[in-house]
Amino acid sequence: MSRGTVIDIFYLVAVVGFILALKALSSPRRARMGNLLGAAGMVLAVGATFARAGLGHVGLMVGAMAIGVAVGVPAARLVRMTAMPQMVAAFNGVGGGAAAVVSLTAFVSTDAKLLPIYKVLEVIFGVVIGSFSLSGSALSFAKLQELVTGRPIVYRGQQRVNAVVAAGILALLIAVLTTDSTVLLWILLVLSLALGLLFVLPIGGADVPVLISLLNAFTGLAVAASGFSLNSNLLVVAGTLVGASGTLLTVLMSNAMGRSLPNILFSAFGAVITAGTSEAATTRSVRAATVEDVAVLLAYARKVAIIPGYGLAVAQAQHAVRELANTLTKRGVEVFYAIHPIAGRMPGHMNVLLAEADVPYEDLREMEEANREMSTVDVALVVGANDTVNPAAKEVPGSPIYGMPIINADEAANIVFLKRSMRPGFAGIDNDLMYNPKTVMLFGDAKDSLQKLASGVVRV
Amino acid sequence: MTNGLVELFTIFILSAFVGYEVISKVTSILHTPLMSGSNAIHGVVLVGAMIVLGSAHTVGEEALGFIAVVLATLNVVGGFVVTDRMLEMFKARTPAPQDVQRKDGDLPE
Repeated sequence: MSRGTVIDIFYLVAVVGFILALKALSSPRRARMGNLLGAAGMVLAVGATFARAGLGHVGLMVGAMAIGVAVGVPAARLVRMTAMPQMVAAFNGVGGGAAAVVSLTAFVSTDAKLLPIYKVLEVIFGVVIGSFSLSGSALSFAKLQELVTGRPIVYRGQQRVNAVVAAGILALLIAVLTTDSTVLLWILLVLSLALGLLFVLPIGGADVPVLISLLNAFTGLAVAASGFSLNSNLLVVAGTLVGASGTLLTVLMSNAMGRSLPNILFSAFGAVITAGTSEAATTRSVRAATVEDVAVLLAYARKVAIIPGYGLAVAQAQHAVRELANTLTKRGVEVFYAIHPIAGRMPGHMNVLLAEADVPYEDLREMEEANREMSTVDVALVVGANDTVNPAAKEVPGSPIYGMPIINADEAANIVFLKRSMRPGFAGIDNDLMYNPKTVMLFGDAKDSLQKLASGVVRV
Repeated sequence: MTNGLVELFTIFILSAFVGYEVISKVTSILHTPLMSGSNAIHGVVLVGAMIVLGSAHTVGEEALGFIAVVLATLNVVGGFVVTDRMLEMFKARTPAPQDVQRKDGDLPE
Protein backbone atom coordinates (compact mmCIF):
# COMPACT_ATOMS: atom_id res chain seq x y z
CA MET A 1 0.00 0.00 0.00
CA SER A 2 1.25 3.44 -0.79
CA ARG A 3 1.55 6.06 1.89
CA GLY A 4 -1.38 7.97 0.36
CA THR A 5 -3.65 4.94 0.64
CA VAL A 6 -2.79 4.42 4.30
CA ILE A 7 -3.54 8.07 5.01
CA ASP A 8 -6.87 7.75 3.21
CA ILE A 9 -7.75 4.74 5.37
CA PHE A 10 -7.02 6.79 8.46
CA TYR A 11 -9.30 9.50 7.07
CA LEU A 12 -12.03 6.91 6.57
CA VAL A 13 -11.76 5.82 10.19
CA ALA A 14 -11.91 9.47 11.26
CA VAL A 15 -15.07 10.03 9.22
CA VAL A 16 -16.73 6.99 10.80
CA GLY A 17 -15.78 8.49 14.17
CA PHE A 18 -17.53 11.75 13.22
CA ILE A 19 -20.72 9.96 12.17
CA LEU A 20 -20.82 7.89 15.37
CA ALA A 21 -20.07 11.06 17.35
CA LEU A 22 -23.12 12.83 15.93
CA LYS A 23 -25.22 9.75 16.58
CA ALA A 24 -24.07 9.49 20.20
CA LEU A 25 -24.51 13.24 20.76
CA SER A 26 -28.23 12.85 20.19
CA SER A 27 -28.70 10.56 23.20
CA PRO A 28 -28.23 11.91 26.75
CA ARG A 29 -26.45 8.84 28.04
CA ARG A 30 -23.83 8.58 25.32
CA ALA A 31 -23.43 12.26 24.47
CA ARG A 32 -20.17 12.80 26.29
CA MET A 33 -18.62 9.70 24.81
CA GLY A 34 -19.76 10.92 21.41
CA ASN A 35 -17.89 14.16 21.82
CA LEU A 36 -14.72 12.30 22.79
CA LEU A 37 -15.17 10.03 19.78
CA GLY A 38 -15.35 13.07 17.52
CA ALA A 39 -12.20 14.48 19.12
CA ALA A 40 -10.42 11.15 18.63
CA GLY A 41 -11.41 11.18 14.95
CA MET A 42 -9.99 14.68 14.66
CA VAL A 43 -6.66 13.71 16.25
CA LEU A 44 -6.44 10.76 13.85
CA ALA A 45 -7.17 12.94 10.81
CA VAL A 46 -4.67 15.63 11.79
CA GLY A 47 -2.00 13.07 12.72
CA ALA A 48 -2.40 11.28 9.38
CA THR A 49 -2.10 14.59 7.54
CA PHE A 50 1.34 15.17 9.06
CA ALA A 51 2.44 11.97 7.32
CA ARG A 52 1.57 13.33 3.86
CA ALA A 53 4.39 13.14 1.35
CA GLY A 54 5.95 16.52 0.55
CA LEU A 55 4.26 18.42 3.35
CA GLY A 56 6.31 21.57 3.86
CA HIS A 57 6.39 24.29 6.51
CA VAL A 58 5.82 21.74 9.28
CA GLY A 59 7.48 23.99 11.86
CA LEU A 60 5.28 26.91 10.89
CA MET A 61 2.27 24.62 11.01
CA VAL A 62 3.01 23.38 14.51
CA GLY A 63 3.55 26.98 15.59
CA ALA A 64 0.17 28.01 14.18
CA MET A 65 -1.50 25.10 15.97
CA ALA A 66 0.22 26.00 19.21
CA ILE A 67 -1.22 29.51 18.94
CA GLY A 68 -4.69 28.08 18.27
CA VAL A 69 -4.47 25.75 21.27
CA ALA A 70 -2.99 28.43 23.55
CA VAL A 71 -5.89 30.76 22.78
CA GLY A 72 -8.72 28.27 22.28
CA VAL A 73 -8.36 25.99 25.30
CA PRO A 74 -8.27 28.70 28.01
CA ALA A 75 -11.07 30.61 26.26
CA ALA A 76 -13.26 27.49 26.22
CA ARG A 77 -12.27 26.42 29.76
CA LEU A 78 -12.65 29.73 31.52
CA VAL A 79 -15.85 31.03 29.97
CA ARG A 80 -18.86 31.00 32.31
CA MET A 81 -21.62 28.51 31.59
CA THR A 82 -23.97 31.39 30.84
CA ALA A 83 -21.68 32.61 28.06
CA MET A 84 -21.50 29.24 26.26
CA PRO A 85 -23.78 30.23 23.37
CA GLN A 86 -21.57 33.10 22.29
CA MET A 87 -18.48 30.87 22.54
CA VAL A 88 -20.12 28.44 20.11
CA ALA A 89 -20.76 31.41 17.81
CA ALA A 90 -17.14 32.51 18.06
CA PHE A 91 -15.67 29.07 17.35
CA ASN A 92 -18.11 28.62 14.48
CA GLY A 93 -17.06 31.97 13.02
CA VAL A 94 -13.33 31.14 12.99
CA GLY A 95 -14.16 27.82 11.32
CA GLY A 96 -15.99 29.68 8.57
CA GLY A 97 -13.06 32.07 8.24
CA ALA A 98 -10.64 29.14 7.96
CA ALA A 99 -12.74 27.56 5.20
CA ALA A 100 -12.84 30.84 3.28
CA VAL A 101 -9.08 31.29 3.56
CA VAL A 102 -8.39 27.67 2.57
CA SER A 103 -10.51 28.06 -0.58
CA LEU A 104 -8.90 31.41 -1.35
CA THR A 105 -5.39 30.02 -0.95
CA ALA A 106 -6.21 27.00 -3.10
CA PHE A 107 -7.20 29.49 -5.82
CA VAL A 108 -4.18 31.75 -5.40
CA SER A 109 -1.69 28.89 -5.39
CA THR A 110 -2.73 27.42 -8.74
CA ASP A 111 -2.65 29.22 -12.03
CA ALA A 112 -6.32 30.10 -12.37
CA LYS A 113 -6.14 29.90 -16.16
CA LEU A 114 -5.54 26.16 -15.82
CA LEU A 115 -8.52 25.60 -13.59
CA PRO A 116 -11.72 24.29 -15.16
CA ILE A 117 -14.76 26.47 -14.51
CA TYR A 118 -16.31 24.14 -11.92
CA LYS A 119 -13.12 24.31 -9.84
CA VAL A 120 -13.38 28.08 -9.76
CA LEU A 121 -17.04 27.77 -8.77
CA GLU A 122 -16.09 25.50 -5.84
CA VAL A 123 -13.58 28.07 -4.67
CA ILE A 124 -16.16 30.82 -4.89
CA PHE A 125 -18.67 28.81 -2.83
CA GLY A 126 -16.07 28.21 -0.14
CA VAL A 127 -15.09 31.87 0.00
CA VAL A 128 -18.65 33.27 -0.07
CA ILE A 129 -20.25 30.89 2.43
CA GLY A 130 -17.21 30.85 4.73
CA SER A 131 -16.94 34.65 4.95
CA PHE A 132 -20.69 35.02 5.36
CA SER A 133 -20.53 32.60 8.28
CA LEU A 134 -17.53 34.40 9.79
CA SER A 135 -19.07 37.89 9.89
CA GLY A 136 -22.54 36.59 10.76
CA SER A 137 -21.14 34.64 13.71
CA ALA A 138 -19.08 37.63 14.83
CA LEU A 139 -22.18 39.83 14.98
CA SER A 140 -24.14 37.04 16.73
CA PHE A 141 -21.37 36.88 19.30
CA ALA A 142 -21.56 40.65 19.80
CA LYS A 143 -25.35 40.49 20.22
CA LEU A 144 -25.23 37.70 22.81
CA GLN A 145 -22.34 39.34 24.64
CA GLU A 146 -24.41 42.53 24.60
CA LEU A 147 -21.64 44.48 22.89
CA VAL A 148 -24.42 45.62 20.57
CA THR A 149 -28.13 45.75 21.37
CA GLY A 150 -29.96 42.43 21.37
CA ARG A 151 -32.94 44.04 19.71
CA PRO A 152 -33.51 43.71 15.98
CA ILE A 153 -31.69 46.50 14.15
CA VAL A 154 -33.91 47.72 11.36
CA TYR A 155 -33.80 50.76 9.13
CA ARG A 156 -35.62 52.10 6.12
CA GLY A 157 -34.79 50.44 2.84
CA GLN A 158 -33.08 47.51 4.58
CA GLN A 159 -34.46 44.98 2.14
CA ARG A 160 -33.25 47.07 -0.78
CA VAL A 161 -29.72 47.36 0.62
CA ASN A 162 -29.55 43.60 1.20
CA ALA A 163 -30.88 42.91 -2.27
CA VAL A 164 -28.26 45.23 -3.81
CA VAL A 165 -25.42 43.52 -1.92
CA ALA A 166 -26.71 40.06 -2.84
CA ALA A 167 -27.01 41.11 -6.47
CA GLY A 168 -23.46 42.49 -6.31
CA ILE A 169 -22.22 39.13 -5.05
CA LEU A 170 -23.99 37.34 -7.88
CA ALA A 171 -22.53 39.73 -10.48
CA LEU A 172 -19.02 39.38 -9.02
CA LEU A 173 -19.42 35.61 -8.94
CA ILE A 174 -20.02 35.61 -12.68
CA ALA A 175 -17.17 38.08 -13.19
CA VAL A 176 -14.73 35.87 -11.28
CA LEU A 177 -15.86 32.82 -13.24
CA THR A 178 -15.18 34.53 -16.55
CA THR A 179 -12.02 36.50 -15.67
CA ASP A 180 -10.37 34.26 -13.02
CA SER A 181 -9.29 37.50 -11.32
CA THR A 182 -7.84 37.17 -7.83
CA VAL A 183 -8.58 40.82 -7.07
CA LEU A 184 -12.26 40.33 -7.83
CA LEU A 185 -12.25 37.24 -5.58
CA TRP A 186 -10.97 39.40 -2.70
CA ILE A 187 -13.75 41.93 -3.34
CA LEU A 188 -16.21 39.04 -3.36
CA LEU A 189 -14.89 38.00 0.04
CA VAL A 190 -15.41 41.50 1.44
CA LEU A 191 -18.94 41.73 0.03
CA SER A 192 -19.80 38.33 1.56
CA LEU A 193 -18.54 39.56 4.92
CA ALA A 194 -20.83 42.58 4.55
CA LEU A 195 -23.82 40.42 3.64
CA GLY A 196 -23.25 38.28 6.75
CA LEU A 197 -23.51 41.38 8.92
CA LEU A 198 -26.55 42.75 7.07
CA PHE A 199 -28.29 39.39 7.34
CA VAL A 200 -27.86 39.18 11.12
CA LEU A 201 -28.64 42.82 11.97
CA PRO A 202 -32.46 42.51 11.93
CA ILE A 203 -32.56 39.27 13.94
CA GLY A 204 -33.54 39.75 17.57
CA GLY A 205 -31.36 38.53 20.42
CA ALA A 206 -33.82 35.83 21.48
CA ASP A 207 -33.65 34.27 18.02
CA VAL A 208 -29.85 34.40 17.75
CA PRO A 209 -29.33 30.79 18.96
CA VAL A 210 -31.33 29.47 16.02
CA LEU A 211 -29.27 31.73 13.80
CA ILE A 212 -26.01 30.33 15.20
CA SER A 213 -27.24 26.84 14.42
CA LEU A 214 -27.92 27.95 10.84
CA LEU A 215 -24.49 29.57 10.51
CA ASN A 216 -23.00 26.34 11.90
CA ALA A 217 -24.62 24.47 9.00
CA PHE A 218 -23.27 27.11 6.59
CA THR A 219 -19.74 26.66 7.89
CA GLY A 220 -20.16 22.92 7.33
CA LEU A 221 -21.06 23.59 3.70
CA ALA A 222 -18.13 26.00 3.32
CA VAL A 223 -15.82 23.25 4.61
CA ALA A 224 -17.36 20.83 2.11
CA ALA A 225 -16.72 23.37 -0.66
CA SER A 226 -13.08 23.62 0.43
CA GLY A 227 -13.01 19.83 0.26
CA PHE A 228 -14.17 19.95 -3.36
CA SER A 229 -11.38 22.44 -4.17
CA LEU A 230 -8.73 20.27 -2.52
CA ASN A 231 -10.18 16.97 -3.78
CA SER A 232 -10.47 15.83 -0.18
CA ASN A 233 -13.10 13.21 0.61
CA LEU A 234 -12.57 13.81 4.31
CA LEU A 235 -13.52 17.48 4.14
CA VAL A 236 -16.45 16.85 1.81
CA VAL A 237 -17.93 14.16 4.05
CA ALA A 238 -17.38 15.89 7.40
CA GLY A 239 -18.47 19.30 6.09
CA THR A 240 -21.59 17.89 4.48
CA LEU A 241 -22.46 15.89 7.60
CA VAL A 242 -22.46 19.11 9.60
CA GLY A 243 -24.24 21.01 6.84
CA ALA A 244 -27.09 18.51 6.72
CA SER A 245 -27.41 17.76 10.43
CA GLY A 246 -27.04 21.47 11.22
CA THR A 247 -29.87 22.35 8.86
CA LEU A 248 -32.14 19.75 10.46
CA LEU A 249 -31.13 20.93 13.93
CA THR A 250 -31.98 24.51 12.98
CA VAL A 251 -35.46 23.44 11.91
CA LEU A 252 -35.92 21.39 15.11
CA MET A 253 -34.87 24.38 17.22
CA SER A 254 -37.27 26.77 15.54
CA ASN A 255 -40.02 24.17 15.94
CA ALA A 256 -39.24 24.04 19.67
CA MET A 257 -39.93 27.77 19.71
CA GLY A 258 -43.18 27.27 17.79
CA ARG A 259 -41.91 29.42 14.93
CA SER A 260 -41.05 28.76 11.35
CA LEU A 261 -37.49 29.38 10.22
CA PRO A 262 -38.42 32.06 7.64
CA ASN A 263 -40.41 33.81 10.36
CA ILE A 264 -37.33 33.92 12.62
CA LEU A 265 -34.97 35.04 9.89
CA PHE A 266 -37.09 37.56 8.06
CA SER A 267 -39.93 38.69 10.36
CA ALA A 268 -38.19 41.93 11.32
CA PHE A 269 -37.65 42.85 7.67
CA GLY A 270 -39.71 45.67 6.24
CA ALA A 271 -41.68 46.32 9.39
CA VAL A 272 -40.18 48.29 12.25
CA ILE A 273 -41.56 46.50 15.29
CA THR A 274 -43.31 48.63 17.83
CA ALA A 275 -42.56 47.25 21.24
CA GLY A 276 -45.97 45.68 21.86
CA THR A 277 -48.21 47.73 24.09
CA SER A 278 -45.45 49.80 25.60
CA GLU A 279 -47.38 53.06 25.44
CA ALA A 280 -50.19 51.74 27.58
CA ALA A 281 -47.67 50.09 29.84
CA THR A 282 -46.09 53.22 31.19
CA THR A 283 -49.39 54.37 32.63
CA ARG A 284 -50.24 51.05 34.26
CA SER A 285 -49.06 50.13 37.71
CA VAL A 286 -47.64 46.97 39.21
CA ARG A 287 -47.88 45.66 42.75
CA ALA A 288 -44.54 45.55 44.51
CA ALA A 289 -44.21 43.18 47.47
CA THR A 290 -41.74 42.80 50.33
CA VAL A 291 -39.69 39.68 51.05
CA GLU A 292 -41.93 38.93 54.07
CA ASP A 293 -45.11 39.06 51.98
CA VAL A 294 -43.73 36.62 49.46
CA ALA A 295 -42.21 34.34 52.13
CA VAL A 296 -45.62 33.96 53.77
CA LEU A 297 -47.27 33.35 50.42
CA LEU A 298 -44.76 30.59 49.64
CA ALA A 299 -44.73 29.02 53.11
CA TYR A 300 -48.49 28.46 53.13
CA ALA A 301 -48.75 27.29 49.53
CA ARG A 302 -49.40 23.66 48.74
CA LYS A 303 -47.77 23.68 45.37
CA VAL A 304 -45.13 26.04 44.00
CA ALA A 305 -43.89 26.15 40.43
CA ILE A 306 -40.50 27.76 39.92
CA ILE A 307 -40.08 29.18 36.43
CA PRO A 308 -36.40 29.97 35.86
CA GLY A 309 -35.10 32.14 33.05
CA TYR A 310 -31.92 33.67 31.84
CA GLY A 311 -31.95 36.23 34.68
CA LEU A 312 -31.41 33.37 37.12
CA ALA A 313 -28.33 32.30 35.21
CA VAL A 314 -26.97 35.84 35.04
CA ALA A 315 -27.39 36.30 38.79
CA GLN A 316 -25.68 32.89 39.33
CA ALA A 317 -28.70 32.08 41.47
CA GLN A 318 -29.12 28.40 40.61
CA HIS A 319 -27.78 27.33 44.03
CA ALA A 320 -29.93 29.88 45.86
CA VAL A 321 -33.05 28.68 44.08
CA ARG A 322 -32.32 25.09 45.10
CA GLU A 323 -31.90 26.18 48.73
CA LEU A 324 -35.27 27.91 48.69
CA ALA A 325 -36.84 24.83 47.10
CA ASN A 326 -35.29 22.60 49.80
CA THR A 327 -36.61 24.86 52.55
CA LEU A 328 -40.09 24.74 51.07
CA THR A 329 -39.98 20.97 50.55
CA LYS A 330 -39.06 20.53 54.22
CA ARG A 331 -42.23 22.41 55.15
CA GLY A 332 -44.20 19.97 53.00
CA VAL A 333 -44.70 22.29 50.06
CA GLU A 334 -44.64 20.54 46.73
CA VAL A 335 -42.08 22.26 44.48
CA PHE A 336 -41.30 21.69 40.83
CA TYR A 337 -39.40 23.58 38.17
CA ALA A 338 -41.18 24.46 34.93
CA ILE A 339 -38.57 24.55 32.18
CA HIS A 340 -39.35 26.27 28.92
CA PRO A 341 -37.54 24.60 26.01
CA ILE A 342 -35.61 27.80 25.30
CA ALA A 343 -35.19 28.97 28.90
CA GLY A 344 -31.75 30.47 29.17
CA ARG A 345 -30.35 31.35 25.82
CA MET A 346 -30.50 28.04 24.01
CA PRO A 347 -32.56 24.87 24.08
CA GLY A 348 -31.46 22.80 27.06
CA HIS A 349 -29.36 25.62 28.53
CA MET A 350 -31.43 25.83 31.73
CA ASN A 351 -31.33 22.07 32.34
CA VAL A 352 -27.55 22.26 32.24
CA LEU A 353 -27.41 25.19 34.65
CA LEU A 354 -29.77 23.57 37.16
CA ALA A 355 -27.99 20.22 36.93
CA GLU A 356 -24.81 22.09 37.81
CA ALA A 357 -26.53 23.22 41.04
CA ASP A 358 -27.58 19.61 41.85
CA VAL A 359 -31.28 20.24 41.34
CA PRO A 360 -32.82 16.74 41.25
CA TYR A 361 -33.67 15.75 37.69
CA GLU A 362 -37.12 14.46 38.69
CA ASP A 363 -38.16 17.92 39.90
CA LEU A 364 -37.77 19.37 36.41
CA ARG A 365 -40.90 19.46 34.28
CA GLU A 366 -40.91 20.17 30.61
CA MET A 367 -43.23 22.90 29.43
CA GLU A 368 -46.20 20.80 28.35
CA GLU A 369 -46.16 18.73 31.52
CA ALA A 370 -45.84 21.86 33.63
CA ASN A 371 -48.72 23.58 31.84
CA ARG A 372 -51.01 20.65 32.57
CA GLU A 373 -50.34 21.15 36.30
CA MET A 374 -50.32 24.94 36.28
CA SER A 375 -54.02 25.44 37.19
CA THR A 376 -53.44 23.51 40.44
CA VAL A 377 -50.41 25.62 41.39
CA ASP A 378 -50.75 28.11 44.25
CA VAL A 379 -47.70 30.20 43.50
CA ALA A 380 -45.81 30.53 40.24
CA LEU A 381 -42.40 31.94 41.11
CA VAL A 382 -40.90 33.53 38.01
CA VAL A 383 -37.15 33.93 38.53
CA GLY A 384 -35.49 36.02 35.86
CA ALA A 385 -37.78 34.75 33.12
CA ASN A 386 -39.90 37.08 31.04
CA ASP A 387 -40.55 36.28 27.39
CA THR A 388 -41.21 32.60 28.16
CA VAL A 389 -44.22 33.51 30.34
CA ASN A 390 -45.43 36.48 28.28
CA PRO A 391 -49.12 36.03 27.39
CA ALA A 392 -48.54 38.27 24.35
CA ALA A 393 -47.30 35.10 22.64
CA LYS A 394 -50.89 33.84 22.80
CA GLU A 395 -52.88 37.05 22.66
CA VAL A 396 -51.14 39.73 20.57
CA PRO A 397 -50.91 38.66 16.92
CA GLY A 398 -48.58 41.58 16.06
CA SER A 399 -46.04 40.68 18.73
CA PRO A 400 -42.65 39.37 17.58
CA ILE A 401 -43.05 36.38 19.89
CA TYR A 402 -46.61 35.62 18.78
CA GLY A 403 -47.07 31.89 18.33
CA MET A 404 -44.20 30.90 20.62
CA PRO A 405 -45.44 28.37 23.19
CA ILE A 406 -45.20 29.76 26.72
CA ILE A 407 -45.48 28.48 30.26
CA ASN A 408 -48.97 29.42 31.39
CA ALA A 409 -47.94 31.09 34.64
CA ASP A 410 -51.13 33.18 34.43
CA GLU A 411 -53.16 30.05 35.30
CA ALA A 412 -51.59 29.80 38.76
CA ALA A 413 -53.47 31.30 41.71
CA ASN A 414 -50.65 33.75 42.45
CA ILE A 415 -47.74 34.91 40.41
CA VAL A 416 -44.51 36.29 41.89
CA PHE A 417 -41.95 37.95 39.66
CA LEU A 418 -38.39 38.20 40.94
CA LYS A 419 -36.95 40.92 38.79
CA ARG A 420 -34.22 43.50 38.91
CA SER A 421 -36.32 46.22 37.30
CA MET A 422 -39.22 46.72 34.95
CA ARG A 423 -36.88 46.43 31.98
CA PRO A 424 -38.44 44.23 29.29
CA GLY A 425 -36.94 40.83 28.44
CA PHE A 426 -34.43 39.82 25.82
CA ALA A 427 -36.97 40.12 23.00
CA GLY A 428 -37.64 43.70 24.11
CA ILE A 429 -41.37 43.26 24.55
CA ASP A 430 -43.48 44.43 27.44
CA ASN A 431 -45.06 41.69 29.54
CA ASP A 432 -48.75 42.03 30.44
CA LEU A 433 -48.43 39.34 33.07
CA MET A 434 -46.67 41.83 35.38
CA TYR A 435 -49.79 44.00 35.38
CA ASN A 436 -52.07 41.05 36.13
CA PRO A 437 -53.99 41.64 39.41
CA LYS A 438 -52.77 38.21 40.63
CA THR A 439 -49.15 39.24 40.20
CA VAL A 440 -46.76 40.77 42.70
CA MET A 441 -43.25 41.99 41.91
CA LEU A 442 -40.27 41.44 44.18
CA PHE A 443 -37.57 43.77 42.92
CA GLY A 444 -33.89 43.13 43.45
CA ASP A 445 -31.04 40.84 42.48
CA ALA A 446 -32.44 37.34 41.99
CA LYS A 447 -29.79 35.60 44.10
CA ASP A 448 -30.17 38.06 46.94
CA SER A 449 -33.97 37.85 46.87
CA LEU A 450 -33.95 34.06 46.84
CA GLN A 451 -31.60 33.86 49.82
CA LYS A 452 -33.76 36.31 51.77
CA LEU A 453 -36.87 34.34 50.84
CA ALA A 454 -35.29 31.08 52.04
CA SER A 455 -34.51 32.55 55.45
CA GLY A 456 -37.90 34.31 55.43
CA VAL A 457 -39.73 31.04 54.93
CA VAL A 458 -37.84 29.48 57.86
CA ARG A 459 -38.98 32.32 60.13
CA VAL A 460 -42.66 32.11 59.15
CA MET B 1 -17.00 17.41 -15.92
CA THR B 2 -14.65 14.68 -14.84
CA ASN B 3 -15.19 11.42 -13.03
CA GLY B 4 -13.42 12.87 -10.02
CA LEU B 5 -16.06 15.55 -9.67
CA VAL B 6 -18.92 13.07 -10.03
CA GLU B 7 -17.29 10.89 -7.39
CA LEU B 8 -17.00 13.81 -4.95
CA PHE B 9 -20.56 14.83 -5.71
CA THR B 10 -21.79 11.30 -4.99
CA ILE B 11 -20.03 11.40 -1.64
CA PHE B 12 -21.54 14.84 -0.98
CA ILE B 13 -25.12 13.65 -1.60
CA LEU B 14 -24.73 10.47 0.45
CA SER B 15 -23.16 12.39 3.34
CA ALA B 16 -26.07 14.81 3.31
CA PHE B 17 -28.50 11.91 3.80
CA VAL B 18 -26.36 10.40 6.57
CA GLY B 19 -26.10 13.77 8.36
CA TYR B 20 -29.84 14.20 8.21
CA GLU B 21 -30.71 10.69 9.37
CA VAL B 22 -28.16 10.38 12.13
CA ILE B 23 -29.57 13.15 14.34
CA SER B 24 -33.25 12.93 13.45
CA LYS B 25 -34.25 11.65 16.91
CA VAL B 26 -32.56 14.17 19.21
CA THR B 27 -34.33 15.46 22.33
CA SER B 28 -34.54 19.22 22.79
CA ILE B 29 -32.27 19.29 25.87
CA LEU B 30 -29.42 18.10 23.67
CA HIS B 31 -29.88 20.68 20.92
CA THR B 32 -27.19 22.99 22.29
CA PRO B 33 -24.49 20.34 22.93
CA LEU B 34 -25.22 18.77 19.55
CA MET B 35 -24.82 22.10 17.79
CA SER B 36 -21.57 22.67 19.65
CA GLY B 37 -20.33 19.15 18.87
CA SER B 38 -21.03 19.43 15.16
CA ASN B 39 -19.38 22.86 15.31
CA ALA B 40 -16.21 21.12 16.48
CA ILE B 41 -16.47 18.53 13.71
CA HIS B 42 -16.42 21.10 10.91
CA GLY B 43 -13.11 22.13 12.43
CA VAL B 44 -11.79 19.33 10.22
CA VAL B 45 -11.10 22.18 7.81
CA LEU B 46 -7.84 22.15 9.79
CA VAL B 47 -6.73 19.28 7.55
CA GLY B 48 -7.44 21.47 4.52
CA ALA B 49 -5.55 24.34 6.11
CA MET B 50 -2.56 22.04 6.75
CA ILE B 51 -2.55 20.87 3.14
CA VAL B 52 -2.70 24.47 1.91
CA LEU B 53 0.10 25.65 4.19
CA GLY B 54 2.12 22.51 3.50
CA SER B 55 2.16 23.22 -0.22
CA ALA B 56 2.61 27.01 -0.02
CA HIS B 57 5.15 28.46 -2.47
CA THR B 58 5.04 32.20 -1.90
CA VAL B 59 5.13 34.32 1.24
CA GLY B 60 1.53 35.36 0.60
CA GLU B 61 0.36 31.75 0.48
CA GLU B 62 2.35 30.97 3.61
CA ALA B 63 0.68 33.85 5.43
CA LEU B 64 -2.80 32.78 4.32
CA GLY B 65 -2.11 29.15 5.17
CA PHE B 66 -0.78 30.15 8.59
CA ILE B 67 -3.91 32.17 9.33
CA ALA B 68 -6.10 29.28 8.18
CA VAL B 69 -4.30 26.80 10.47
CA VAL B 70 -4.62 29.13 13.48
CA LEU B 71 -8.34 29.73 12.87
CA ALA B 72 -9.12 26.08 12.20
CA THR B 73 -7.21 24.95 15.32
CA LEU B 74 -9.24 27.41 17.38
CA ASN B 75 -12.41 25.91 15.91
CA VAL B 76 -11.33 22.35 16.72
CA VAL B 77 -10.04 22.70 20.26
CA GLY B 78 -12.55 25.35 21.34
CA GLY B 79 -15.41 23.35 19.89
CA PHE B 80 -14.57 20.08 21.59
CA VAL B 81 -13.68 21.64 24.95
CA VAL B 82 -16.87 23.74 25.10
CA THR B 83 -18.99 20.72 24.18
CA ASP B 84 -17.30 18.61 26.84
CA ARG B 85 -17.97 21.25 29.47
CA MET B 86 -21.64 21.36 28.51
CA LEU B 87 -21.92 17.57 28.69
CA GLU B 88 -20.05 17.34 31.99
CA MET B 89 -23.26 18.60 33.57
CA PHE B 90 -25.20 15.58 32.42
CA LYS B 91 -23.20 13.31 34.69
CA ALA B 92 -25.07 14.59 37.75
CA ARG B 93 -28.40 13.77 36.18
CA THR B 94 -28.59 10.12 37.21
CA PRO B 95 -29.32 10.32 40.95
CA ALA B 96 -26.46 8.80 42.91
CA PRO B 97 -27.11 7.36 46.41
CA GLN B 98 -25.84 10.48 48.21
CA ASP B 99 -28.31 12.62 46.28
CA VAL B 100 -31.13 11.00 48.21
CA GLN B 101 -29.57 12.18 51.45
CA ARG B 102 -28.94 15.60 50.07
CA LYS B 103 -32.66 15.98 49.36
CA ASP B 104 -33.27 15.85 53.12
CA GLY B 105 -30.88 18.70 53.58
CA ASP B 106 -28.32 16.66 55.53
CA LEU B 107 -25.40 17.77 53.44
CA PRO B 108 -24.47 21.39 53.70
CA GLU B 109 -22.78 23.01 50.69
